[in-house]
Amino acid sequence: MRFSAWQVLKNGLTGNKGWTPHWRSPEPKKEYDIIIIGGGGHGLSTAYHLAAVYGNANVAVLEKGYIGGGNVGRNTTIVRANYFLDGNSQFYSHSLKLWEKMEGDLNFNAMHSQRGIINLFHSDGQRDAAARRGNMMISQGDDAILLDREGVREQVPFLDFEQTRFPIYGGLYHKRGGTARHDAVAWGYARGADQRGVDIIQNCEVTGIDIENGAVTGVQTTKGPIKAKKVGMVAAGRSGQVAAMAGMRLPIESNILQAFVTEGLKPCLDHVVTYGMGHFYISQSDKGGLVFGGDLDFYASYASRGNLSTAEHVIEAGMALMPMIGKAKMLRSWGGIMDMTPDGSPIIDKTDIDGLYVDCGWNYGGFKAVPASGDCFAHLLATGRPHDVAKKFRLDRFRTGVDILDEEGKGSQHNLH
Amino acid sequence: MRLTCPLCGERDRREFYYKGDAIALNRPAPDAGTDAWDDYLYLRDNPAGVTKDLWQHELGCSAWIVVERNTVTHEVLSTALASDVKKATK
Ligand SMILES: Cc1cc2nc3c(=O)[nH]c(=O)nc-3n(C[C@H](O)[C@H](O)[C@H](O)COP(=O)(O)OP(=O)(O)OC[C@H]3O[C@@H](n4cnc5c(N)ncnc54)[C@H](O)[C@@H]3O)c2cc1C
Ligand SMILES: [Zn+2]
Repeated sequence: MRFSAWQVLKNGLTGNKGWTPHWRSPEPKKEYDIIIIGGGGHGLSTAYHLAAVYGNANVAVLEKGYIGGGNVGRNTTIVRANYFLDGNSQFYSHSLKLWEKMEGDLNFNAMHSQRGIINLFHSDGQRDAAARRGNMMISQGDDAILLDREGVREQVPFLDFEQTRFPIYGGLYHKRGGTARHDAVAWGYARGADQRGVDIIQNCEVTGIDIENGAVTGVQTTKGPIKAKKVGMVAAGRSGQVAAMAGMRLPIESNILQAFVTEGLKPCLDHVVTYGMGHFYISQSDKGGLVFGGDLDFYASYASRGNLSTAEHVIEAGMALMPMIGKAKMLRSWGGIMDMTPDGSPIIDKTDIDGLYVDCGWNYGGFKAVPASGDCFAHLLATGRPHDVAKKFRLDRFRTGVDILDEEGKGSQHNLH
Repeated sequence: MRLTCPLCGERDRREFYYKGDAIALNRPAPDAGTDAWDDYLYLRDNPAGVTKDLWQHELGCSAWIVVERNTVTHEVLSTALASDVKKATK
């Protein structure tokens, strides 16, 4: 079914009985050209792009749980293109452009809201760094405005500008940045892929990867063996376990990232505001909840829930920046399993095994990457060659030391990002 | 989470710095080759289950500690001084 104003009106008047499921629930076929392991944002977007752009719909997405149950439905939904390094910058710029046309392409409302992001800075040195980043963004063709303190105050007057710890000097304003409805992105790509013939198979865990003479031949699953010419591993926080089925070790350590949401409030925060010095960022969801988060829990974990010390740290920072949030009741907190790489940048590459490909290492920032990662991974799977904007996301960059993508300039080491 | 420092006893997680997988105790020889260094610095088993990692009691006695824990349940199974673990593996 195509969504339209007419459909909404018609179904509204007829008791909403005309809506149909967004995708089928097929039994797996014996064989596919391409199997995607993992039905998160990246896996679904890959399948959609394979079918819609690269002309191959003989594809299955195998998801061990349900669509939207992984990080794609747990993140704080910030979408932006404010990366600095050559290699990252082009990729995220491409991704934001795809975001801007996604809803039209998919005929699905992902509630993409370009409400603007303000990255605060708190010293002269940070102002220089923000100006430099802003210039890089502009030279990439994206947008950036350097705001002084009064410029920030005009937009978000309720911050504590004179706080003693990190007084606010200004902010880098990225107007095209914003948020989106995370589940809707997963659903939209799932629906778009399904409509073009892709089989989305939920409750189907991959338990083994079949390899003969150095080439992949298919996978073992809880719904039986399935053959495939090519297999793409897109399992985010679980990438390590999936790769282990192919006898591989990845440059990835899984860590927990927490997020928090308050009760629904009247609209009070128009932008996304990030407070890097305090490890805190915040936006308001369309439902009204203040959605906020901070840094990782910083140790290897698969627990999908975090530690109190990090929660305390995040909330302290929030109170320092925006004292008014102290009046709101916190409803929930949760955690997601993050696939952390040593340099904080992702991997989209082939492996040493013929026909086996990997898309992982999205760290805490892979939601904004969902459209471009799907496009680039589909390009690689379909043509065997990396997409122009994803050439630097190589699996062997750590071994060789060439083109490490350390966006934050912290060093290329597991516990630094 | 609380970790037991072999010297100071059970302490809050906030007192500890996390280094990463206890592979850090097995530094290869400088000329061991790229693959050995890749294994040591970057590639990880990253298990969902029991793992051994290296922590420092930074806000306490500064000792380096090997912690055996479960990454799924956050249960801490044992802790030992890194220097003792290193001696025992020699
Ligand atoms: C709290 C939090 C906040 C975040 N905030 C942001 C943000 O503001 N902006 C941003 O850009 N990014 C953010 N992220 C990061 C982003 O959510 C992730 O990088 C991204 O969603 C990961 O890709 P994915 O959607 O494909 O992952 P997932 O949705 O986790 O998909 C992986 C899927 O693989 C499946 N799977 C695993 N093993 C198997 C198997 N053996 N067989 C079959 N299926 C398997 C899993 O069940 C899962 O559904 C945040 C993450 C968290 C947790
Ligand atoms: Zn101690």
